[in-house]
Amino acid sequence: MTATSEKTGRMAAFRTRWDAMPKQVRWVGLAALVVFLYILPNRWFYEYLGFPIGSDYFAFYTTRSDFATVLFDTAVFVLLAVGLNVVVGFAGLLDLGYFGFYAVGAYTVALLTSPESRFGTNWPWLAAVPVAIAVAMISGVILGGPTLRLRGDYLAIVTLGFAEMIRLYAARNEGIAQGQRGIPQIPHPPGTGADGKALFGVESSKPYYWLILTVIIVIIFAMRNLVNSRVGRAWVAIREDEDAAEIMGVPTFKYKLWAFAIGAAVGGLTGAIFAGKQTFINSDSFLLENSILVLAAVILGGAGNIKGAIVGGAITWYLPEWLRGVGDLIGVEFDAAEYRILVFGLVVIVMMIFRPQGLVPNRRRAAEFADRRKEAVPQEAVPSE
Amino acid sequence: MNFDELFGNFPTLTITGLEQGAIYALVALGYTLVYGVLRLINFAHSEVFMVGTFTALWTWEALGYNQNSSAPAFGPLIVAVLAGLAVAMVASASTAVVVELVAYRPLRRRNAPPLAFLITAIGASFVLSESFGIGTERAPFGMPDLIPQKPVFTLFGAEVTNLQLLILGVTLIMMIGLDQFVNRSRLGRGIRAVAQDPDTAALMGVNKNRVILLVFVLGGLMAGVAALLWDVRFGFTKFNVGFLIGLKAFAAAVLGGIGNLRGALLGGLLLGVVENYASGLFGGDWKDFTGFVLLIVLLMFRPTGLLGESLGRARA
Repeated sequence: MTATSEKTGRMAAFRTRWDAMPKQVRWVGLAALVVFLYILPNRWFYEYLGFPIGSDYFAFYTTRSDFATVLFDTAVFVLLAVGLNVVVGFAGLLDLGYFGFYAVGAYTVALLTSPESRFGTNWPWLAAVPVAIAVAMISGVILGGPTLRLRGDYLAIVTLGFAEMIRLYAARNEGIAQGQRGIPQIPHPPGTGADGKALFGVESSKPYYWLILTVIIVIIFAMRNLVNSRVGRAWVAIREDEDAAEIMGVPTFKYKLWAFAIGAAVGGLTGAIFAGKQTFINSDSFLLENSILVLAAVILGGAGNIKGAIVGGAITWYLPEWLRGVGDLIGVEFDAAEYRILVFGLVVIVMMIFRPQGLVPNRRRAAEFADRRKEAVPQEAVPSE
Repeated sequence: MNFDELFGNFPTLTITGLEQGAIYALVALGYTLVYGVLRLINFAHSEVFMVGTFTALWTWEALGYNQNSSAPAFGPLIVAVLAGLAVAMVASASTAVVVELVAYRPLRRRNAPPLAFLITAIGASFVLSESFGIGTERAPFGMPDLIPQKPVFTLFGAEVTNLQLLILGVTLIMMIGLDQFVNRSRLGRGIRAVAQDPDTAALMGVNKNRVILLVFVLGGLMAGVAALLWDVRFGFTKFNVGFLIGLKAFAAAVLGGIGNLRGALLGGLLLGVVENYASGLFGGDWKDFTGFVLLIVLLMFRPTGLLGESLGRARA
């Protein structure tokens, strides 16, 4: 415990210093970070990230798999975590089937664009994206409508069921989702490069990484404004005490549904981008475990804090991929991805007990946890056995 | 829509539906008991059931039965089934207790918000299923064919098998036993008191933590019975076998009125039957969707379930 509190102390100190810096300095710092993230997938740059030990080279990039692809996957995960953070962190609702909306987005794009689809619409990718977002949002409203009026815990099981039902439907339905065969030939995003070749091809994951990174930055700005608006204040009020919020005149159902729908929309958007890169999807792309991984990312990073969601998303996806390369270095053959769910399931349990506010906590939310802990009934604090 | 299939096989669909529904009902009891006392959806309960299916299989393997062995004579059969049952019940109950002690109790002590409980519950569920998944290399396992299915008599043109009688009989016995325990015994009174009002119950001298532990044990025991019946009837298990069963059992518990023991039985049987009718009507692919659709529709129109929510009878 002392080690963790020491570490948090250091982190909090860094944060205080950062907040105290002049605005210009902070902007420059942020700009440097963004530039770093944009040049990260270039080989001439990331090759220098690491240090030699003896004849070996200890790399911070992934040596086993293509670094740009891993970065893209991580970014997908970060975007999902940022979206789920709205539902879990801001509004305090538990959505266990977040991957369901991701699947809805991906399938909407696939069905509208692929020449192999039953619909035969053959839309370009870009035109299908808004539709995918809308469809994901509508499915969120359909799910949330009946459940959000009730106790919050029903939402958890309904969303859990939803994600699995979407996957089962995709796996079994031969007519529309085409079962295990899936839907191939989904077009890439549009655009041609300076050399006349298509900007988004199959050889490199780099353009897709840049695309999703841009989307993440835009979404983060939108979210920050949202959180500081009337809507964001309503969410905090609902999270802290729903009954009190209702009495104070906050239309709780409306704002809960908004949080849920916005989360679903971000999930749908992520699915649409994924479909555009992958060009082929089937039901195996949407395993339920991933919903839990996204949730673990949000909890680990610190629910209610956008930075936390980013950190959590990056850790849950990047760390296992990177560890495979580290295993090579020390001569151990193990596939960290195999244990990913197990490890992050344990992490979630331990975090909930010892550090429910996450690694990079939202201050207000951390204070809520501390308050509740103080209010714990004394008889509960001392076990009566 | 295939009405011929539905009405042609109506009696058969009903009896097999009741058989499946009995298993849902036994698992649903675990959700209902915990929910009634703690107001918590214990997501790990589906894994409590899964642990039961595996431990029963391992018991039989230890006794020398495998997938290819022929059905044993009556004496050894009784021994094997009872041994499997005992091990499955103990294993399931212990799993439930471990989850309570390791995951939920520390949270209660810290007065964590409800969201934290739900997140822990789903974490515990995945930890359990993943550790079995990694340990068993995610392969499905076949069961020894201990009790071969054979028809006993015919009812309205539907053959009723020995297994169906066994499953329905065992479920009814367990159900009546549990109902009597909760409604008649001293410990049961404690459960009802905590379900009604935890703080007042504690003031009246009920040991709340012990009652909560008891509730997990009871739910685990019922899940163990359900696991054995599943093994005997469906003849396979897998690390994620609990997921769909758990989802359906939860739907069944809500259908009957969550927190209501008799409601769990009614909801389970009803869900099993409706599910079978739906698969007759729309085709087998749609069977697993029925419970989920039913759950959503129910939450829209009658969220308190058919029999209402009451483990402690009168509750606001």
